[in-house]
Amino acid sequence: MLIWLLIIGMLVITFLIRYSFFAWPNLRFPRLAEQGLHYVPVAVLTAIVAPGMLMPEGEWALRWDNAYLLAGLLAILIAAWSRNLLATIAGGLLVFFLLRWAFGQLPL
Amino acid sequence: MTRSQEFLHGCRDILPLIVGGVPFGIIFGTLAIGAGLSGWQAMGMSLLVFAGSAQFIAVTLISGGVGAAVVLLTTFVVNLRHALYSAALQPFVRHLPSRWRIPLAFWLTDEAFAVIQHRYARDDASPHKHWFFLGAALTMYLSWQLATLIGIGFGQAVPNVASWGLDFAMIATFIGIAVPMMRTSPQVASALVAGGVALLTWELPYKLGLIAAALAGIVVGVWLERMAERRARQEAQRC
Repeated sequence: MLIWLLIIGMLVITFLIRYSFFAWPNLRFPRLAEQGLHYVPVAVLTAIVAPGMLMPEGEWALRWDNAYLLAGLLAILIAAWSRNLLATIAGGLLVFFLLRWAFGQLPL
Repeated sequence: MTRSQEFLHGCRDILPLIVGGVPFGIIFGTLAIGAGLSGWQAMGMSLLVFAGSAQFIAVTLISGGVGAAVVLLTTFVVNLRHALYSAALQPFVRHLPSRWRIPLAFWLTDEAFAVIQHRYARDDASPHKHWFFLGAALTMYLSWQLATLIGIGFGQAVPNVASWGLDFAMIATFIGIAVPMMRTSPQVASALVAGGVALLTWELPYKLGLIAAALAGIVVGVWLERMAERRARQEAQRC
């Protein structure tokens, strides 16, 4: 039941954000807000990625057998070089699972 | 072009982006089951919310036993970028009645925005460009539902799928979205600050560190951009 309430809540929030400017055709943001909006995607995504790579289990994991860190660094290189989303996801995932397998971290 | 031609061109132009979206959707369905959602709940989230990254984070948070308020706040922060898309497309849809604007807004994703913006940028005077919007958005929506369904089946068939580390797919996806956006030094600085603050505030309860990190990154980015503007103005005056 709680999950369904959450889903409805997420629906309302997501829709209102997407509909914001469509709903009020004359709405304009002040310049400061618009400048700030431009930094939202990069800041939010990095704030999710950094702990995901360095603290995958919730504590610091600066270790050579941390596949999240190694494959993440490789994905950053692929993304910077190719600017291709699909290549980044595919290359990152492939190396991630190869490393997990090599480190014996897969439940096989 | 006629309405149906615009519609079909929209369906066609979004196909390359679906190639990237489908694995993402399959992994979402699998992860949702691993996080303890029922098949209907996972499907319901894809049908009603239709926001890949927010759905990913929501199931990760739910499996971590975080409170509802945090999930909703995180949804807001993560999806705020859609306000940017809404603002960018507003001039092209403002003449449409709300029976068009409401569904088009519901289907406004990163992928749809990328191809639709392209179509509106072409300067032919076609009066039916919103049919292109509809075709692209609807194709993305249907493929996302199908991918979720496949992922749910996969999640139910494979035991203890949660320990596979599939959450790395989200990390790789976000790297693939964020890194190409870092074209200016304020953008890079914003990312470094957000990442650093996220690591330092990891201990904070309810993932409040994520919100703090995002805010810090935004403030630093805007501040550096304004500094650069001021310097450019001063130099222009000197000349």
